[in-house]
Amino acid sequence: MSMQDSREAAMIGRRTDGTTVRRPLSPHLQVYDMLQMSSFSSILNRMTGVAWSFGILLMVWWLVALALGEPAYQTAMGAMAHPIGLLVLVGMTVAAWYHTLAGIRHLNWDIGRGFSLPAMYRSGWAVFIGTVVLSVLTWLPAIPGAVEWIVAQINTHS
Amino acid sequence: MAQNPAVNTLRSPLGRVRGLGSARGGTHHWFMQRVTSVALLPLTIWFAASAVFTLAGASYEVAAQWVAQPWNAVLLLALVLATFHHVAAGLQVVIEDYAKTEAGKLVGILLVKAMCWLLALASVLAVLRVAI
Repeated sequence: MSMQDSREAAMIGRRTDGTTVRRPLSPHLQVYDMLQMSSFSSILNRMTGVAWSFGILLMVWWLVALALGEPAYQTAMGAMAHPIGLLVLVGMTVAAWYHTLAGIRHLNWDIGRGFSLPAMYRSGWAVFIGTVVLSVLTWLPAIPGAVEWIVAQINTHS
Repeated sequence: MAQNPAVNTLRSPLGRVRGLGSARGGTHHWFMQRVTSVALLPLTIWFAASAVFTLAGASYEVAAQWVAQPWNAVLLLALVLATFHHVAAGLQVVIEDYAKTEAGKLVGILLVKAMCWLLALASVLAVLRVAI
Protein backbone atom coordinates (compact mmCIF):
# COMPACT_ATOMS: atom_id res chain seq x y z
CA MET A 1 0.00 0.00 0.00
CA SER A 2 2.11 2.89 -1.14
CA MET A 3 0.43 6.24 -1.36
CA GLN A 4 0.22 7.38 -4.97
CA ASP A 5 -2.39 10.05 -4.69
CA SER A 6 -1.64 13.04 -2.48
CA ARG A 7 -5.33 13.36 -1.60
CA GLU A 8 -4.99 10.02 0.16
CA ALA A 9 -2.88 11.78 2.77
CA ALA A 10 -6.11 12.67 4.54
CA MET A 11 -6.76 9.00 5.18
CA ILE A 12 -3.27 8.09 6.41
CA GLY A 13 -1.99 8.84 9.87
CA ARG A 14 0.95 7.86 12.03
CA ARG A 15 1.09 5.87 15.21
CA THR A 16 3.11 7.25 18.09
CA ASP A 17 6.01 4.98 17.07
CA GLY A 18 6.07 6.64 13.66
CA THR A 19 4.67 3.76 11.61
CA THR A 20 1.86 4.64 9.25
CA VAL A 21 -1.70 3.46 9.54
CA ARG A 22 -4.78 3.84 7.38
CA ARG A 23 -7.37 5.93 9.15
CA PRO A 24 -10.68 4.16 9.53
CA LEU A 25 -13.78 5.32 7.67
CA SER A 26 -17.21 4.22 8.81
CA PRO A 27 -17.82 0.71 7.44
CA HIS A 28 -20.66 0.49 4.93
CA LEU A 29 -24.22 -0.42 5.88
CA GLN A 30 -24.16 -4.14 5.08
CA VAL A 31 -21.67 -5.03 7.82
CA TYR A 32 -24.23 -4.15 10.48
CA ASP A 33 -27.10 -6.20 11.86
CA MET A 34 -29.96 -3.76 11.42
CA LEU A 35 -32.11 -5.56 13.96
CA GLN A 36 -29.62 -4.53 16.62
CA MET A 37 -30.75 -1.37 18.34
CA SER A 38 -27.19 -0.03 18.58
CA SER A 39 -26.47 -0.02 14.84
CA PHE A 40 -30.06 0.84 13.91
CA SER A 41 -30.09 3.92 16.15
CA SER A 42 -26.74 5.02 14.72
CA ILE A 43 -27.66 4.78 11.04
CA LEU A 44 -31.06 6.31 11.76
CA ASN A 45 -29.26 9.37 13.15
CA ARG A 46 -27.49 9.74 9.82
CA MET A 47 -30.63 9.14 7.77
CA THR A 48 -32.67 11.65 9.77
CA GLY A 49 -29.80 14.13 9.44
CA VAL A 50 -29.83 13.79 5.65
CA ALA A 51 -33.64 13.98 5.59
CA TRP A 52 -33.59 17.10 7.75
CA SER A 53 -31.00 18.66 5.42
CA PHE A 54 -33.60 18.45 2.66
CA GLY A 55 -36.42 19.48 5.00
CA ILE A 56 -34.50 22.72 5.67
CA LEU A 57 -35.47 23.70 2.12
CA LEU A 58 -38.97 24.36 3.49
CA MET A 59 -37.57 26.95 5.92
CA VAL A 60 -35.58 28.58 3.11
CA TRP A 61 -38.69 28.60 0.90
CA TRP A 62 -40.74 30.16 3.71
CA LEU A 63 -38.12 32.90 4.34
CA VAL A 64 -37.59 33.70 0.65
CA ALA A 65 -41.35 33.74 -0.01
CA LEU A 66 -41.78 36.14 2.89
CA ALA A 67 -39.18 38.44 1.33
CA LEU A 68 -40.74 38.18 -2.14
CA GLY A 69 -44.15 39.36 -0.94
CA GLU A 70 -47.66 38.20 -0.12
CA PRO A 71 -48.48 36.13 -3.28
CA ALA A 72 -45.29 34.04 -2.93
CA TYR A 73 -45.97 33.68 0.81
CA GLN A 74 -49.53 32.43 0.18
CA THR A 75 -48.20 29.88 -2.34
CA ALA A 76 -45.65 28.56 0.16
CA MET A 77 -48.17 28.41 3.01
CA GLY A 78 -50.72 26.78 0.71
CA ALA A 79 -48.24 24.07 -0.26
CA MET A 80 -47.40 23.39 3.40
CA ALA A 81 -51.10 23.26 4.36
CA HIS A 82 -51.82 20.77 1.54
CA PRO A 83 -52.21 17.18 2.85
CA ILE A 84 -48.94 16.16 1.15
CA GLY A 85 -47.22 19.23 2.57
CA LEU A 86 -48.52 18.38 6.03
CA LEU A 87 -47.30 14.80 5.64
CA VAL A 88 -43.83 16.13 4.77
CA LEU A 89 -43.93 18.48 7.78
CA VAL A 90 -44.96 15.65 10.13
CA GLY A 91 -42.19 13.42 8.73
CA MET A 92 -39.76 16.31 9.16
CA THR A 93 -40.85 16.76 12.77
CA VAL A 94 -40.20 13.10 13.57
CA ALA A 95 -36.81 13.14 11.78
CA ALA A 96 -35.86 16.42 13.49
CA TRP A 97 -36.72 15.21 16.98
CA TYR A 98 -34.91 11.92 16.42
CA HIS A 99 -31.78 13.69 15.12
CA THR A 100 -31.92 16.19 17.99
CA LEU A 101 -32.25 13.56 20.73
CA ALA A 102 -29.74 11.20 19.10
CA GLY A 103 -27.44 14.22 18.75
CA ILE A 104 -27.65 14.87 22.50
CA ARG A 105 -26.84 11.16 23.01
CA HIS A 106 -23.77 11.59 20.80
CA LEU A 107 -22.67 14.77 22.62
CA ASN A 108 -22.86 12.80 25.87
CA TRP A 109 -20.60 10.14 24.33
CA ASP A 110 -18.28 12.88 23.05
CA ILE A 111 -17.60 14.01 26.62
CA GLY A 112 -16.86 10.38 27.48
CA ARG A 113 -20.04 9.42 29.29
CA GLY A 114 -22.63 6.67 28.82
CA PHE A 115 -20.48 4.10 27.04
CA SER A 116 -21.47 1.04 29.09
CA LEU A 117 -23.77 -1.40 27.31
CA PRO A 118 -26.70 -0.93 29.73
CA ALA A 119 -26.34 2.87 29.53
CA MET A 120 -26.18 2.68 25.73
CA TYR A 121 -29.41 0.66 25.59
CA ARG A 122 -31.12 2.98 28.08
CA SER A 123 -30.21 6.14 26.14
CA GLY A 124 -31.15 4.45 22.85
CA TRP A 125 -34.64 3.62 24.05
CA ALA A 126 -34.97 7.08 25.61
CA VAL A 127 -34.27 8.56 22.17
CA PHE A 128 -36.86 6.36 20.44
CA ILE A 129 -39.57 7.00 23.04
CA GLY A 130 -38.67 10.70 23.33
CA THR A 131 -39.00 11.09 19.55
CA VAL A 132 -42.56 9.75 19.58
CA VAL A 133 -43.59 11.79 22.64
CA LEU A 134 -42.08 15.08 21.42
CA SER A 135 -43.42 14.62 17.87
CA VAL A 136 -46.94 14.15 19.24
CA LEU A 137 -46.52 17.15 21.58
CA THR A 138 -45.31 19.31 18.67
CA TRP A 139 -48.43 18.58 16.65
CA LEU A 140 -50.86 18.65 19.59
CA PRO A 141 -51.79 22.34 19.06
CA ALA A 142 -52.72 21.48 15.45
CA ILE A 143 -55.24 18.78 16.40
CA PRO A 144 -58.29 21.06 17.08
CA GLY A 145 -57.80 22.75 13.70
CA ALA A 146 -57.39 19.38 11.98
CA VAL A 147 -60.57 18.00 13.55
CA GLU A 148 -62.44 21.16 12.49
CA TRP A 149 -61.15 20.75 8.95
CA ILE A 150 -62.18 17.07 8.77
CA VAL A 151 -65.67 17.87 10.11
CA ALA A 152 -66.00 20.67 7.52
CA GLN A 153 -64.95 18.25 4.76
CA ILE A 154 -67.54 15.68 5.88
CA ASN A 155 -70.26 18.36 6.05
CA THR A 156 -69.55 19.70 2.55
CA HIS A 157 -69.47 16.22 1.04
CA SER A 158 -72.67 14.91 2.70
CA MET B 1 -5.10 -3.81 6.96
CA ALA B 2 -2.22 -6.13 7.74
CA GLN B 3 0.20 -4.11 5.65
CA ASN B 4 1.29 -0.65 6.69
CA PRO B 5 0.82 1.99 4.03
CA ALA B 6 4.01 3.70 2.90
CA VAL B 7 3.81 7.47 2.63
CA ASN B 8 5.88 9.26 0.02
CA THR B 9 5.58 12.75 1.36
CA LEU B 10 8.03 15.53 2.02
CA ARG B 11 6.23 16.67 5.16
CA SER B 12 7.75 15.54 8.42
CA PRO B 13 5.51 14.25 11.22
CA LEU B 14 6.24 17.45 13.17
CA GLY B 15 5.34 19.56 10.14
CA ARG B 16 2.10 17.69 9.81
CA VAL B 17 1.24 18.31 13.43
CA ARG B 18 2.09 22.01 13.22
CA GLY B 19 0.06 22.26 10.02
CA LEU B 20 -2.92 21.01 12.00
CA GLY B 21 -2.41 17.38 11.09
CA SER B 22 -2.34 15.33 7.95
CA ALA B 23 -5.98 16.04 7.24
CA ARG B 24 -5.03 19.75 7.08
CA GLY B 25 -7.95 20.72 9.27
CA GLY B 26 -7.17 18.32 12.09
CA THR B 27 -10.10 18.01 14.43
CA HIS B 28 -11.53 21.39 13.41
CA HIS B 29 -14.22 19.92 11.14
CA TRP B 30 -15.32 17.43 13.78
CA PHE B 31 -15.23 20.02 16.56
CA MET B 32 -17.22 22.65 14.63
CA GLN B 33 -19.87 20.04 13.88
CA ARG B 34 -20.30 19.64 17.66
CA VAL B 35 -20.18 23.37 18.34
CA THR B 36 -22.89 24.06 15.75
CA SER B 37 -24.98 21.18 17.13
CA VAL B 38 -24.87 22.72 20.61
CA ALA B 39 -25.81 26.13 19.16
CA LEU B 40 -28.62 24.58 17.14
CA LEU B 41 -30.25 22.96 20.18
CA PRO B 42 -31.75 26.20 21.62
CA LEU B 43 -32.06 27.89 18.21
CA THR B 44 -34.04 25.03 16.65
CA ILE B 45 -36.30 24.59 19.66
CA TRP B 46 -36.95 28.37 19.65
CA PHE B 47 -37.85 28.31 15.94
CA ALA B 48 -39.98 25.17 16.26
CA ALA B 49 -41.88 26.70 19.21
CA SER B 50 -42.36 29.93 17.25
CA ALA B 51 -43.56 27.94 14.24
CA VAL B 52 -46.08 26.01 16.32
CA PHE B 53 -47.41 28.89 18.41
CA THR B 54 -47.04 31.98 16.17
CA LEU B 55 -46.25 31.14 12.56
CA ALA B 56 -48.45 28.13 11.73
CA GLY B 57 -51.22 29.46 9.50
CA ALA B 58 -50.17 33.07 10.20
CA SER B 59 -51.15 35.83 7.79
CA TYR B 60 -48.47 37.55 5.73
CA GLU B 61 -48.50 40.62 7.99
CA VAL B 62 -48.15 38.59 11.19
CA ALA B 63 -45.29 36.47 9.77
CA ALA B 64 -43.46 39.50 8.32
CA GLN B 65 -43.82 41.44 11.59
CA TRP B 66 -42.50 38.45 13.52
CA VAL B 67 -39.37 38.22 11.33
CA ALA B 68 -38.92 42.00 11.54
CA GLN B 69 -38.65 41.92 15.36
CA PRO B 70 -34.94 42.60 16.02
CA TRP B 71 -34.43 39.62 18.31
CA ASN B 72 -36.24 37.28 15.97
CA ALA B 73 -34.20 38.53 13.00
CA VAL B 74 -30.91 38.07 14.87
CA LEU B 75 -31.82 34.58 16.06
CA LEU B 76 -33.04 33.64 12.57
CA LEU B 77 -29.69 34.72 11.07
CA ALA B 78 -27.86 32.68 13.72
CA LEU B 79 -30.13 29.72 13.04
CA VAL B 80 -29.53 29.91 9.28
CA LEU B 81 -25.74 30.17 9.60
CA ALA B 82 -25.40 27.40 12.21
CA THR B 83 -27.82 25.18 10.27
CA PHE B 84 -25.97 25.37 6.97
CA HIS B 85 -22.57 24.94 8.60
CA HIS B 86 -23.89 21.81 10.32
CA VAL B 87 -25.64 20.51 7.17
CA ALA B 88 -22.49 20.99 5.04
CA ALA B 89 -20.29 19.32 7.67
CA GLY B 90 -22.68 16.39 8.11
CA LEU B 91 -23.34 15.73 4.44
CA GLN B 92 -19.60 15.95 3.72
CA VAL B 93 -18.91 13.09 6.14
CA VAL B 94 -21.72 11.01 4.64
CA ILE B 95 -20.28 11.54 1.14
CA GLU B 96 -16.73 10.75 2.33
CA ASP B 97 -17.96 7.48 3.81
CA TYR B 98 -20.06 6.25 0.91
CA ALA B 99 -18.69 7.78 -2.32
CA LYS B 100 -17.18 5.05 -4.47
CA THR B 101 -14.77 7.12 -6.55
CA GLU B 102 -12.42 9.95 -5.63
CA ALA B 103 -13.94 12.14 -8.36
CA GLY B 104 -17.47 11.46 -7.13
CA LYS B 105 -16.42 12.35 -3.62
CA LEU B 106 -14.84 15.65 -4.68
CA VAL B 107 -17.76 16.68 -6.90
CA GLY B 108 -20.30 15.65 -4.28
CA ILE B 109 -18.66 17.62 -1.48
CA LEU B 110 -18.21 20.71 -3.68
CA LEU B 111 -21.86 20.55 -4.78
CA VAL B 112 -23.02 20.27 -1.16
CA LYS B 113 -20.87 23.23 -0.14
CA ALA B 114 -22.07 25.31 -3.09
CA MET B 115 -25.72 24.56 -2.33
CA CYS B 116 -25.27 25.31 1.37
CA TRP B 117 -23.58 28.62 0.64
CA LEU B 118 -26.24 29.69 -1.86
CA LEU B 119 -29.17 28.64 0.34
CA ALA B 120 -27.62 30.29 3.41
CA LEU B 121 -27.02 33.54 1.49
CA ALA B 122 -30.55 33.49 0.06
CA SER B 123 -31.98 32.94 3.56
CA VAL B 124 -29.85 35.72 5.06
CA LEU B 125 -30.87 38.13 2.30
CA ALA B 126 -34.52 37.19 2.83
CA VAL B 127 -34.34 37.82 6.60
CA LEU B 128 -32.58 41.17 6.08
CA ARG B 129 -35.05 42.24 3.40
CA VAL B 130 -38.01 41.57 5.67
CA ALA B 131 -36.33 42.96 8.80
CA ILE B 132 -34.75 46.16 7.46
